[in-house]
Amino acid sequence: MSAPSGITRATLFKDLRLEWRSKDAINSMLFFSLLVVVVFSFSFDPTAEESRQIAGGLIWVAFLFAAVVALNQTWARELRNQVLDAYRVSPAPANSLFLAKAFGNFIFVMVLEAVMTPLFIAFYKLRSLGPPWQLAVVAALGTWALVVNGTFFAAMSLRTRSREIMLPLLLFPISSPAIIGMVQATTRILNGEGARSWIMLLVTYDLVFTTSCLLLFETVLNAE
Amino acid sequence: MVSSQSNTSPVITVSNLVKQFGRFAALRGVSAEFAGGKLYAILGDNGAGKTTLLRTLAGLNHPTRGEISILGKSDFRDICDQVGYMAHPSLLYDEMSGMENLTYFGRLYGINEQARCREVISSVGLDPDLSRPVGQYSQGMRQRMSLARALLHDPKILLLDEPFSNVDVHSAADMVQLLAKIRDLGKTIFVVTHQAALLEGVADEFVWMETGKIVDRATEFHPPTRSATEARA
Amino acid sequence: MKWTFRIFGIITLCLLIYGTSIASSPVIHVVGFTLNGAPTEQTMGDVQRIFYYHVPSAWTAFILFFINFVASIVYLIRRNPAADIIALTTAEVGVVFCTVVLVTGPIWARPVWGIWWTWDIRLTSTLVLWLIYVAYLMLRRFSSSGQTPVLAAALAVFGALDVPLVYFSIWFFRTQHPQPVMGGGGSIDPRMLHVLLINWLAFSCFAFLVCWSRYRLEKIRREVEELQALEALADSPPAQRAGSGAIGSSSPGRPR
Repeated sequence: MSAPSGITRATLFKDLRLEWRSKDAINSMLFFSLLVVVVFSFSFDPTAEESRQIAGGLIWVAFLFAAVVALNQTWARELRNQVLDAYRVSPAPANSLFLAKAFGNFIFVMVLEAVMTPLFIAFYKLRSLGPPWQLAVVAALGTWALVVNGTFFAAMSLRTRSREIMLPLLLFPISSPAIIGMVQATTRILNGEGARSWIMLLVTYDLVFTTSCLLLFETVLNAE
Repeated sequence: MVSSQSNTSPVITVSNLVKQFGRFAALRGVSAEFAGGKLYAILGDNGAGKTTLLRTLAGLNHPTRGEISILGKSDFRDICDQVGYMAHPSLLYDEMSGMENLTYFGRLYGINEQARCREVISSVGLDPDLSRPVGQYSQGMRQRMSLARALLHDPKILLLDEPFSNVDVHSAADMVQLLAKIRDLGKTIFVVTHQAALLEGVADEFVWMETGKIVDRATEFHPPTRSATEARA
Repeated sequence: MKWTFRIFGIITLCLLIYGTSIASSPVIHVVGFTLNGAPTEQTMGDVQRIFYYHVPSAWTAFILFFINFVASIVYLIRRNPAADIIALTTAEVGVVFCTVVLVTGPIWARPVWGIWWTWDIRLTSTLVLWLIYVAYLMLRRFSSSGQTPVLAAALAVFGALDVPLVYFSIWFFRTQHPQPVMGGGGSIDPRMLHVLLINWLAFSCFAFLVCWSRYRLEKIRREVEELQALEALADSPPAQRAGSGAIGSSSPGRPR
């Protein structure tokens, strides 16, 4: 059997290749993200000073919407021809599949965030008082927090009715501490204040839940 | 017919296998032993439990009660690299070509060389260099590619669920010949099918299932008599 | 068993009545003798008395969710059906107590601070807990898999691991954005503490009673289901082919 990391890499590259070929999901997602930013800017029209206070929250809510739409199609291709059965029957470890999907979603959502951020900056006349690299770190940690649990819950909701609504229903409550952390960290950095404790919280959250997902994914995948 | 190296111990043993989905009992206590190196045709009406039996053997369904032993092991994970499974959905990615699909699935089994994939695709009568995505294949081609995926890791046991459904006559005949060849190499094959006639003269045993139980096993298949057909009409 | 249940029920009822009376007034005259109840709070007055329902409900909910966590882990390791039933009942009853906390909180906050909600740590973490366990119950309801208990147990573990993180994140949020504190931070008058603890005992007994009933109900429901499934298994299928003669013999056609 190939090394598990080899399987993770092969699965990830296969997903990226397939996405690149069809560009189905990414195009609709990009457009959706743009729409979200525009709708938000209709709803909230702050001054430059105010915007620094609320931008953290607004941006992350927008990212959250985009993430949920992305996460909902995590397993779409595998469902189409019951490909998951082929995976379950093979000796490949379930966690390799999980990590590949989680990394794929991570890349996907980061791309969406990279597109949405300049739009936010433009619409809200945002200027960060803190170093932008810190914002990037918060974005990465926060996105991983959403994506790791999201990929796990997406797999869980495969076995439920009302699949699409189950994912956010399960994800949002469990992600509450991470969401508070992301928003607070972003707001503080934008305002030039230190966000070290919030970043530590995000790191802890990421470690705890990545471990839990890796421990329980195989059980969930085989729950039929 | 070349006789395979006969195994004296059964390759698959099932005892009192029960599978219930809520109140619906798909398998009602199936007990059987299957020797190695044979091609078994599993027949029965819709709802008889054939697919459920195959899926339970493949480790995809957890039995409600009862035991399964495959190649002496009761945990499917121990022998999963020696079992090949094929179902009515193709279990392939529609957006990739046949070669790409097999290359990927080969990785799951530790097969990293393309040569093996090409060999298997050729053996089912398809062109390895065909770049068309599998989603655009005809049904016959898709079933053959699906079979290729099941054969990729050279499993000792093949579990095939309705491999010939919606397949044209020629492709089906080719697949049967291929299965006979594989059986002659000593592999054990289980084929669930509605088209028993295709396997006449090839299958070693016909296993008839009815409402969740095995009711008959015979070396010859006889279609229902005319009176029976009339009675149903 | 039935008598134990009834006696326990009566004790719980007495505790609840006792707890509520001493919470409701500083002095209660009952049939000739006087009960000493909770003194009136200095700043908030009588409104504060809702505290004696608010806080014990929260503690009871937390205990129930902790039991749910333990039961879920036991289920994941041992696949013991009783553990699954315990997990289900504690989640349901826990959500009810959580709801009580979330309803009494704003009722308390409004007259005292003029606001319906505050990022009080207990209130907010209870809200998140409520959301997590309602999601848990929804998963159980919407799951179409035969392995629902396994999925639910996995979710419960996630929820329980989340709890300290929730608590910490809100606590840290509060230190940066100071908010009104409910429940009176700092030291508490011993008489108030006494009333609080009595009510907590009463609520715990009540929770235990409800869980017990629910457990029995669920257990019976599952037994009935299993019996029905076994019956379906034993049912002779319609027009079953008689005997096990060779397929080759002329026999009636296959039933459709």
